[in-house]
Amino acid sequence: MSELENKTEHGSVDGATEGAAEDPKNDTGLGLGVIFFIVAFLICFLSGWLLFPKLLYSKHEQPFNFDHALHVQETGDCESCHFLRDDGTFSGIPKMASCLDCHTDEPMGETRDEAIFASEYVAKEREVPWYVYAKQPDCVFFSHAAHIEAAGMDCVTCHGHIGESTTSRPYEENRLTGYSRDIWGKNIWGIKKNSWDRMKMDDCAVCHKEETGHQGYCFQCHK
Amino acid sequence: MKVDRRSFLGLGLGAVAGIAISPVGAKLTDDSSIWTQNWPWTPVPPDGKISYDHSVCSLCPGTCGITVRKIDGRPVKIEGRDTYPVNNGGACLHGIAGLQYLYDPCRVTTPLKKINDRFEPISWKEAIALAAGHLGRIRKNDQAHTLACITDTDQGSVAGLFSHFMTAFGSPNHFVMPTLESWLALTAQTLHGKGYTLGFDLENADFILSFGAGILEGWGSPVACFKANSSRKQRKAKLYQIEHRLSTTAAAADRWIPVTPGTEADLAMAMCGVLLTENLFDSEFAAGFKGGFNRFNAMVQQKYPVEKVAAATGISAADIKKIAIAFARAKMPVAIPGKGRGDGAQSLKEFAAVHTLNCLTGNVNKKGGTFIKPVHDYLAFPDPVLDTAAKDGFGKAKLGASVQEMVTNINQSADPLVTALFVYNANPCYTLNDPSQTRAAFEKIPFVVSFSSFMDETAMASDLILPVSTFLERLEDVPSRAGLANSVVGLTRPVLDPVFDTRSAGDTVIQLAKTLGGDMARSFAWNNYRACLEDVAAGVWEDLSGNGYALLAEGPPTDSVETSFAFLSDNPQTIYPQGDYALTLVPIDNMRLPGTVPAASPFAIKTVSDRVLKGKDVCVEINPDTANGLTDGGFATLTTPTGSARVRVNFNEGIMPGVIGMVKGLGHTFDNKYVAGKGVNIHELISPVIEPGSGLDAACGTTAAISKA
Ligand code: SF4
Repeated sequence: MSELENKTEHGSVDGATEGAAEDPKNDTGLGLGVIFFIVAFLICFLSGWLLFPKLLYSKHEQPFNFDHALHVQETGDCESCHFLRDDGTFSGIPKMASCLDCHTDEPMGETRDEAIFASEYVAKEREVPWYVYAKQPDCVFFSHAAHIEAAGMDCVTCHGHIGESTTSRPYEENRLTGYSRDIWGKNIWGIKKNSWDRMKMDDCAVCHKEETGHQGYCFQCHK
Repeated sequence: MKVDRRSFLGLGLGAVAGIAISPVGAKLTDDSSIWTQNWPWTPVPPDGKISYDHSVCSLCPGTCGITVRKIDGRPVKIEGRDTYPVNNGGACLHGIAGLQYLYDPCRVTTPLKKINDRFEPISWKEAIALAAGHLGRIRKNDQAHTLACITDTDQGSVAGLFSHFMTAFGSPNHFVMPTLESWLALTAQTLHGKGYTLGFDLENADFILSFGAGILEGWGSPVACFKANSSRKQRKAKLYQIEHRLSTTAAAADRWIPVTPGTEADLAMAMCGVLLTENLFDSEFAAGFKGGFNRFNAMVQQKYPVEKVAAATGISAADIKKIAIAFARAKMPVAIPGKGRGDGAQSLKEFAAVHTLNCLTGNVNKKGGTFIKPVHDYLAFPDPVLDTAAKDGFGKAKLGASVQEMVTNINQSADPLVTALFVYNANPCYTLNDPSQTRAAFEKIPFVVSFSSFMDETAMASDLILPVSTFLERLEDVPSRAGLANSVVGLTRPVLDPVFDTRSAGDTVIQLAKTLGGDMARSFAWNNYRACLEDVAAGVWEDLSGNGYALLAEGPPTDSVETSFAFLSDNPQTIYPQGDYALTLVPIDNMRLPGTVPAASPFAIKTVSDRVLKGKDVCVEINPDTANGLTDGGFATLTTPTGSARVRVNFNEGIMPGVIGMVKGLGHTFDNKYVAGKGVNIHELISPVIEPGSGLDAACGTTAAISKA
């Protein structure tokens, strides 16, 4: 009887018999395979969760610590520093000229940060090179005026409770895209709990859909 | 224990599974797609402080107010200036693409001198010395009158400086290119006397009878016309478009009246006849009619009976009557002349006949009517100091009534009629009919100086180029032109320093005069062009420099004017398309393609439909009924008495049978891969025909034949 005939006649029964008859020492090969699988799985899984975010983002400390809470307390609101200009454009991060409305090159407080600000920037008439957590890429046109004035939104909806912070967290920059981590969000899966946890296009679209009934057209933002 | 194939399989699968349920895959997919949008070579304009400058666009005679948005002083965007009395916030595609002209590949970046048919860069000092040397010798040899000058307009202080230069130098030969503005001024001068021009209150008129005027194709001040047309529907104002093809304007009109090309003047005459026979003219206004009204009345009845004109125009006699009556019965009717953009070859007879319709209705110098207004006189140039050479030269006869006549005279004369020529902001070697004649004349002129920003056909034909800064880099007063109701003068202001080694033509002319010395220098006492402008426009300078414009006149003029029928009652000859071919070739003005200076920007040319320009081939419009043996989109040979060209065929049921339409503004031959080398220059296919009475070229078409190529 040829091998082929054997197989067709007995189907898989032959195979099962063959397997059962195999040398028991072959089981260690399978066992090692399982161990290798588990080890590789764990290494990759843990690296993907723990190491990958560290590698993907570079961290930068702000030039010096900024106490938002203190400034809000002193000035009363966000708009004293982050205001809409007459032409509708948004001032964003204040320029030195705005700081000088209150500050001088004499430190106003005792902190080391105030001393750095006064000596390194005010005295030397240099702008502070702040890292901007919420910086959107150049391909996006975003109008603060449309959101604050027309839609009556508050700062917290997108920026969270940054106004209550007393220290500046490090700025994290995606090494691949150059974007701030705040755009994707702290959660590496991009899962968000609060409206301010992510600032990607989908987040704009979701809110637009809820508020206006339409997620918006490409050209509204990508001009 | 043996590490075998299964172990490695386990390792690999483990790694894949571990990564698969970690965020790496999802995150890297997203990031890498963003990464591809941020290639380092993708230009990203630098951020900076935003500022806005108000200025005036002078890319066309529209003179729209513009606002230039700048980032850290670098202009990045042009928008129409809100509340500007011409365009009120609007701008056309050429205006918004105006920044491209700054970096145009054809810009002349430094003075150039032609040596052995090649241009070599020279310094400004050398260039001025070279020009002054030539001009000095001409004056010394008592040949001052052989200096000629061509400018795009005679309005504004830069044209004024050229004119001042010519007078002080001693030459009467200052010519202006044929524009809607010059045709309207000539019409007003012919009917109402010197110093007048015409404006049309299209925004308030309730019946616009357009004799082919491309209200949506760049006629007059284009943005102002767009706005007047947009408001027409709300105002329930009517627009009747008399034109041989269903143009954009005709499509937007309440009625399109197809007319045989070249017979528009006869039609207007016949309509005048209807108004006179039906007694539908304004007898009060007619009190101001002088010279020849009765003769005109008798002539139109005799020479332009409706039935005869009906046969020639292709419009039925009943229709001619109906249209004329509807026009005359309207409360605020306006008839507008000037086919297409209204520039180039037109006909004084046609302009005068159409304007006579306005005069007969009496809706003149009234809201919603035709304004016969004084030509802007806000400039006060001092009298030039005239030495003997100037007096002698200036007293000599002018070389013709138009650039075209000068060209013909130069070509026909064995003597050198012109020994030096200035050309400012004009491209006669491209825009005049049969430009080979112009180029031949230029070759006979020993010294041609081009004041141009771009290396266009005329600059290429010159011996010296004194490059002019573009409208974004120079100071200049820009009076509103082209048939606007209001009279406004705006100020073009430099929004950035010249990108290249260029100057305002005003500065160059002043410098040239100073270098010539003597009485020439004394006539140009200003230190520079700015000082000159402040001086000669002193009456409006405060408004000009403060607001960026001065309103010279608003609303209907109050002057009472007289109307002379002397010109029309002589029944001047109508210029019909010349030649013996069976079809008629007519130029089409397209809003996306400028016909004069400057040529289209790369942006504008990209917006042209491929039913007009397909690849590098121009498409000519032809009615399928006429297109014997031709195929839509196929190649054909177009032949006229002047030349022939390979074209593509575009079947269009919206053009009258027997007519071939070809767009203006293509077929440039200069070195610009974005704009030149595309299509055919229609002017190469039409020969000029000088109209008796105006001395201007009136060939706005020619006979033609077309056959499969
Ligand atoms: S219509 Fe003329 S003047 Fe107005 S924006 Fe366009 S090109 Fe400039």
